[in-house]
Amino acid sequence: MTTTLTSHRPRPPAQPPTLRARRLPKWLPPAVALGALLVAAAIVYGAGIGGPVLVVVVGALLYLVGLFAAANAVEGRRSARNRTWSALIHSAFVLAVLPLASVVWTLVTKGLERFDVNFFLTSMNNIGARDPQGGAYHAIVGTLIQVGIAALITIPIGILCAIYVVEYGRGRFAFAIRFFVDVMTGIPSIVSGLFVLAFWVLVVSPYFSSTGRPGFSGFAAALALSVLMLPTVVRSTEEMLRLVPAPLREGAYALGVPKWKTILRVVLPTALPGIVTGVMLAIARAAGETAPVLLVAGGGAAINFNPFENNQSSLALFVYQQAGDASRYAPARAWTAALTLVALVLVLTVAAKLLARRNRLGR
Amino acid sequence: MAKRIDAANVTAYYGAFKAIENINITVEPKTVTALIGPSGCGKSTFLRSINRMHEVLPGARVEGSLTIDGQDIYHRDVDVTAVRRTIGMVFQRPNPFPTMSIFENVVAGLRLNGVKKKSILDEAAEKALRSANLWDEVKDRLGKPGAGLSGGQQQRLCIARTIAVEPQVVLMDEPCSALDPISTLAIEDLMFQLKDKFTIIIVTHNMQQAARVSDRTAFFSIEKTGDPGRLIEYDNTQKIFSNPSQKKTEDYITGRFG
Repeated sequence: MTTTLTSHRPRPPAQPPTLRARRLPKWLPPAVALGALLVAAAIVYGAGIGGPVLVVVVGALLYLVGLFAAANAVEGRRSARNRTWSALIHSAFVLAVLPLASVVWTLVTKGLERFDVNFFLTSMNNIGARDPQGGAYHAIVGTLIQVGIAALITIPIGILCAIYVVEYGRGRFAFAIRFFVDVMTGIPSIVSGLFVLAFWVLVVSPYFSSTGRPGFSGFAAALALSVLMLPTVVRSTEEMLRLVPAPLREGAYALGVPKWKTILRVVLPTALPGIVTGVMLAIARAAGETAPVLLVAGGGAAINFNPFENNQSSLALFVYQQAGDASRYAPARAWTAALTLVALVLVLTVAAKLLARRNRLGR
Repeated sequence: MAKRIDAANVTAYYGAFKAIENINITVEPKTVTALIGPSGCGKSTFLRSINRMHEVLPGARVEGSLTIDGQDIYHRDVDVTAVRRTIGMVFQRPNPFPTMSIFENVVAGLRLNGVKKKSILDEAAEKALRSANLWDEVKDRLGKPGAGLSGGQQQRLCIARTIAVEPQVVLMDEPCSALDPISTLAIEDLMFQLKDKFTIIIVTHNMQQAARVSDRTAFFSIEKTGDPGRLIEYDNTQKIFSNPSQKKTEDYITGRFG
């Protein structure tokens, strides 16, 4: 090993080693922004081609160009690129948050009109088109029952399936399961509704109903929602289980702990926060589904606590029906139901996250 | 409490790759045996095959015979969990269970194997933590998470967890490689004390450490990458480090190779 050291000697720096460089004054970027907006307004209104939205868009583009030019002149090229990209990234963030904020704002402003006791304690039974009363009690009950049953079906099956794929599955069978779970992720909700309609409502439900005829039910809706939730639960649980480091499993094996107990007491608790997030995503998606509920539970105006007989509504379906209703009081009910649905999912998610917090131990 | 281990013609594979070939070693009870050698020579593979951890990896298998006090641990009727309870293992990186407190970590082996009685667990936890020289440092915060300890403390916690199930043999896979010199010293001291009760086999890259802690030393090596690792020399530590009988061993120990 005779390496010539001279070839590796660091070259002297091309520039004198000053650590300080000229910087744009603090007031300049806001000034550029203001100037860009003014110029944009002059262009847009002067040419009469648009309104305030176009002013902002043109202003943003002018700001990026102006900022780059100013920074390039004072600070140099690298710094100019840095500033421009930072500005672009911040704009992207604003663009992404804008629709979200807009949705929340619209929901709250329009939903508060009927956000009253009456809305939560009455159904739509015997509510006529000229009746300003009426509420979503039956729909809330329906959503809770259907999503609850769907969660009861999906969570155990989904988590066990993921455990099989990650911890036990080898070879073709596990590969096939993963492949079909991926395929299931892409099933449109209306197809899952049709599947349950054809399979459960028309073929199986006559054997269970008291009349011996096929009938809609909340349970059928729960089945359709399960088909939609299952792949999400399996995939997210699978990813979380894979993230659990192998040395943790080996540590447990080395103590003479059987594999099933290692999974139950070491792997699952470690992955729990992530699994809960995945399950809540699936629940949120299911709670917002309209088509399958319409197809197999039929909707309805009356309160029905029995998931196995007769029509049941749900919040999403209620929103759909009220939004298309001819009554002048219906749109307000639709907005409030939408707000209720979002609030319900939010509350469930927050509650689940609190329950599954990793560090119940504290530091 | 300590048992003798006999390995005869042990060969281990990862799928088609042969990692070690025909290893023959006898480890006496209540001794510390060090396995040394260059990276990739199969020391860890051999260590992991002693408590059947090798086969945890998909496609990995072991041939030959490994007996503990005459009982074949690879016999068809042997319960793997019983083997691992008898032959405990400490890993290279400390791996306390992140969802458990210090106390729960120490008694995890007992609790997950069905011991429920609080008094037994309390007693076992204190005993194991004292044996691991960790009791004084953690006795006031047994309910805090094990992951909140320093690296050296975590490794001693893992040692406490291992000896809490009262194994006969303790395997250590480079237990100090992620630790600073002071924590290393603490663990080496610990090995001296544990030797009274357990048979210890340790894999180490640190030859000074092997010379300090072990009674017997086994030197593993490979011809070239892709070849299986072989046992070159196995003798008293003093002999290996002062007057090895193999040229390869001498080259490795004096730093001329590997």
